Amino acid sequence: MIAIKTLPDWAALLTAFLVLAGAALTMIGAIGLVRFRSFYERVHAPTLGATLGIGGVLLASMVYFSVSETRPVVHEILIALFVTVTTPVTMLMLTQATLYRDRAEGRAPKITDAPPLPADVITPAPVAGAGAPSDQTERLAGQNSLKTGAPGAVSDPY
Amino acid sequence: MSMTILTWSLMAAQFMLAIAMVCACLRMFRGPRAQDRVLAMDSLYLNGMGLMLVFGIVSGSTLYFEAALVIALLGFVSTVALAKFLMRGEAIE
Amino acid sequence: MTPRASRFLAWLLPWPAVSALVLAVWLLLNQSISPGQIFLGLLLALTAPRLLTTLDAPPLRIRRPWALVRLLGNVLPDIFISNYKVTRAILFSGPEREAGHVLVPLGIRSPWSLAMLACILTATPGTAWISFNPQTGLLLMHVLDLKDADELAGAITRRYEKWLQQVFE
Repeated sequence: MIAIKTLPDWAALLTAFLVLAGAALTMIGAIGLVRFRSFYERVHAPTLGATLGIGGVLLASMVYFSVSETRPVVHEILIALFVTVTTPVTMLMLTQATLYRDRAEGRAPKITDAPPLPADVITPAPVAGAGAPSDQTERLAGQNSLKTGAPGAVSDPY
Repeated sequence: MSMTILTWSLMAAQFMLAIAMVCACLRMFRGPRAQDRVLAMDSLYLNGMGLMLVFGIVSGSTLYFEAALVIALLGFVSTVALAKFLMRGEAIE
Repeated sequence: MTPRASRFLAWLLPWPAVSALVLAVWLLLNQSISPGQIFLGLLLALTAPRLLTTLDAPPLRIRRPWALVRLLGNVLPDIFISNYKVTRAILFSGPEREAGHVLVPLGIRSPWSLAMLACILTATPGTAWISFNPQTGLLLMHVLDLKDADELAGAITRRYEKWLQQVFE
């Protein structure tokens, strides 16, 4: 069943480290999925597996096959690309669906209104601006403020 | 020596990924709400994909890569479809 | 380049970046750079992006590729740091950690930079993009630890938005 090819020391150790790190992070993410109390918290847990978890396993696979077949094997990049592009889409759709369902059932998370923003922050940034964008970011940096919502309001009542 | 370490760490990785899949299943069965189950299913797909990749290393065959790619595709499509279903067809800005 | 030639090029390649991506993905998927595969990949790269024109997406123009590199240089360390933070929150979570929704004002408006920011914020565990209101310019997001939230708005502007604006807007 096990058909691991013999690798040079550095490649074997690197593969071992990467695969262990990736699998451990994925497992910790899954444990978080079980341990966290509300849905909004649980959204964060699988992200561990989706970023560095899968990344570690993919890198390990790349190192292993590149060394064992003595040619660059990089098609794992495809999976990395696909996961990076699709995870935001699924998470965004899921959280928006949750927010919609919560609001429809009358237990929307409480978010206090943000303070009225200065006019230059609200106006869209000039599309073909020459030097304006960097100026605007500098001003933005000083004016950023935020309000936090009531944290207890979102936990599942179940 | 280093090959022994590699063999054992691959074993440990498979074990940890299996535990991750069990955790995802646990959350899928416990719920409590539909979105929790969908999230757990998405995570299950992702963990299964990782397990496929480790299988590929263990068996020394790149064929598992295609399986992992198909799992990733299926996971994305099914999660998006289910999330859309949870929205009950209404779009939110 | 004569205007005629540049118009022909724009007709041939409506989405140059997408065409390059399609070709790269095709070659990676087949794991070969033989002339036949390159020919098939080019055929796909010339035809497939044409479907995108029906989507009415705004044109993708990367103004400063160097800013993109700087942006990635900011994102990668952040992914490691936030992975570490969320790992700690999962394994040793005390009752003092509070998660919650925050509203963050954003300065960017281009759909490309907003999409990119959504990818970045989702890829860093501990922050989840929920929805962005283009009328008010406010982004609703969920953070795992509200203690980090105070720095978050400034960090988003300084580390991501500034570079995104230089790349896409």
